[in-house]
Amino acid sequence: MINQVYQLIAPRQIGITFDEVSTQTEKIIVRPTYLSICAADQRYYTGKRDPEALRKKLPMALIHEATGVVVRDARGEFKPGEKVLLVPNTPSVHDNYISENYLSTSRFRASGFDGFMQEYVFMDRDRLVRCGQILPEVASVCELVSVAMHSVNTFMAGSHGRREHIGVWGDGNLGYVTSLMLTKLLPEAKISVFGIDPYKLNFFSFADSACHIDDVPADLHIDHAFECVGGQASESAIEQIIDHINPEGTVMLMGVSESNVPIKTRMMLEKGLRFIGRSRSGKQDFIDTARYLERYPDLQSRIKKIIREVIPVSNIAEISGAFEEDLTQAFKTVMKWNV
Amino acid sequence: MIYAGILAGGTGKRMGYVDTPKQFLDLGGKPLIIHTLEKFLLNARFEKIYVGVVKDWITHTEDIIMKYIGGNGRICVCEGGRDRNGTIMNIIRRIEESYGLRDEDIIVTHDAVRPLLSHRIIEDNIDAALSCGACDTIIPATDTIVHSLDAEYLEEIPDRKKIYQGQTPQSFNINLIKKCFSNLSESDKKVLTDACKICVLQGIKVKVVLGEVYNIKITTPYDLKVANAILKEDLSE
Repeated sequence: MINQVYQLIAPRQIGITFDEVSTQTEKIIVRPTYLSICAADQRYYTGKRDPEALRKKLPMALIHEATGVVVRDARGEFKPGEKVLLVPNTPSVHDNYISENYLSTSRFRASGFDGFMQEYVFMDRDRLVRCGQILPEVASVCELVSVAMHSVNTFMAGSHGRREHIGVWGDGNLGYVTSLMLTKLLPEAKISVFGIDPYKLNFFSFADSACHIDDVPADLHIDHAFECVGGQASESAIEQIIDHINPEGTVMLMGVSESNVPIKTRMMLEKGLRFIGRSRSGKQDFIDTARYLERYPDLQSRIKKIIREVIPVSNIAEISGAFEEDLTQAFKTVMKWNV
Repeated sequence: MIYAGILAGGTGKRMGYVDTPKQFLDLGGKPLIIHTLEKFLLNARFEKIYVGVVKDWITHTEDIIMKYIGGNGRICVCEGGRDRNGTIMNIIRRIEESYGLRDEDIIVTHDAVRPLLSHRIIEDNIDAALSCGACDTIIPATDTIVHSLDAEYLEEIPDRKKIYQGQTPQSFNINLIKKCFSNLSESDKKVLTDACKICVLQGIKVKVVLGEVYNIKITTPYDLKVANAILKEDLSE
């Protein structure tokens, strides 16, 4: 069969390429249905990645957050029509110490190879997670939620047990889902969110407090922190975290920055802080996320709140239109994939 | 029920390969017709997919389906007709014999030699045939189309904004197209080779579905070269 792959050729330029693929395959053939645009996709689309990365990686199909329906499974383990989450991380080896999502040999959709902007995607058997009870537009952003799940799970395993007050820096999508998952996974803890946009901060109604970074009280003390800011602003966020965190607290770094971020190591050492970087989830995080969203439908309705628009797309002009529209949106844009 | 009819009745004379009908020529390592069939097989809405081929090539078609796709209960290979509409009617006859016909049954007919069609085009055809009874797949004409009666002088140049090029699939409510075809005289049947035209001439509204420029019909050696080039294209160069 000749499969259409929608690749980014150059910044703001999407083209179709045609791949000859066999449908007689051990891989599971999935029709993508809802695709969510991530900030990482936008860094490629708008050409904000460094020129060397763009030269090396393009042309490449974008999108690593997606859901779809199974079309064909030669072994019959998945039935045609079953709704699934697509895991973008694709490991090639197992390591007893390093998890699949951080192995340098693993490939990641829309980063190391083509993402989900394809007519059909051919998935390894272990890269699918059933999601029949999850709303499709919510399922499309599950990769983001799974990163939050992954980070919170790491935090639970690696931080000391006093978790009375946790601060989340960042009022964007990542900050939203991370603080949301914290309220479910740590229901006893006080969750405070710190951001810069009053409009966005209003969305965090489930948190114990949501305040502007300029209004942080001097006597604020938190036990641990999650940094979900990224970019240049990571520097001031990390500085504020170090100022307000109690000794031996754990700081989960999750925001991606293209440039170096200075950190006040003197205070970091004096307080004996632990910094852990987390940005990519693995299969188990997707499974945990799917089970949580199915068990708690309120999580789904809260996640749905940050999906500002679901745009049906059936051609290149409409795909580009969705990416442009997303640049003007505060939260998530999802494409209903009709190509 | 929703059926597909892959039209592969051609003998390939236009290709210059008299011995091999064009639908069996190789594209990217597989016969054209296999690419087309695979795309239809991935759409679960089709109950059965009929392939109408020239009689002498039925066993060959079955062989290559077995080779590239394997045994598949959804595919039925049957004999094509004298022409395009004859093939469609043969397929419909086979459907009727096997399953009977219901008022809501539709058929999506498609040229075997258009392997580059998309999931979206198939979906839009199914939806349009279900809601409107008949549809044609078209793209806006990019070249100016001119009208000449004698191939020597121009008769008229129609407004390009209103001119489109027809592709396939063409999809129909089965009872509707059957009735329209049976209304034709034998001489009409020889002249009217386009199933949508038969509907239009009988006052049936035919919905249009937007095709794609790349949904090309591979009927000449040049087309095959273009299709191979599209497949091997490296967008970075």
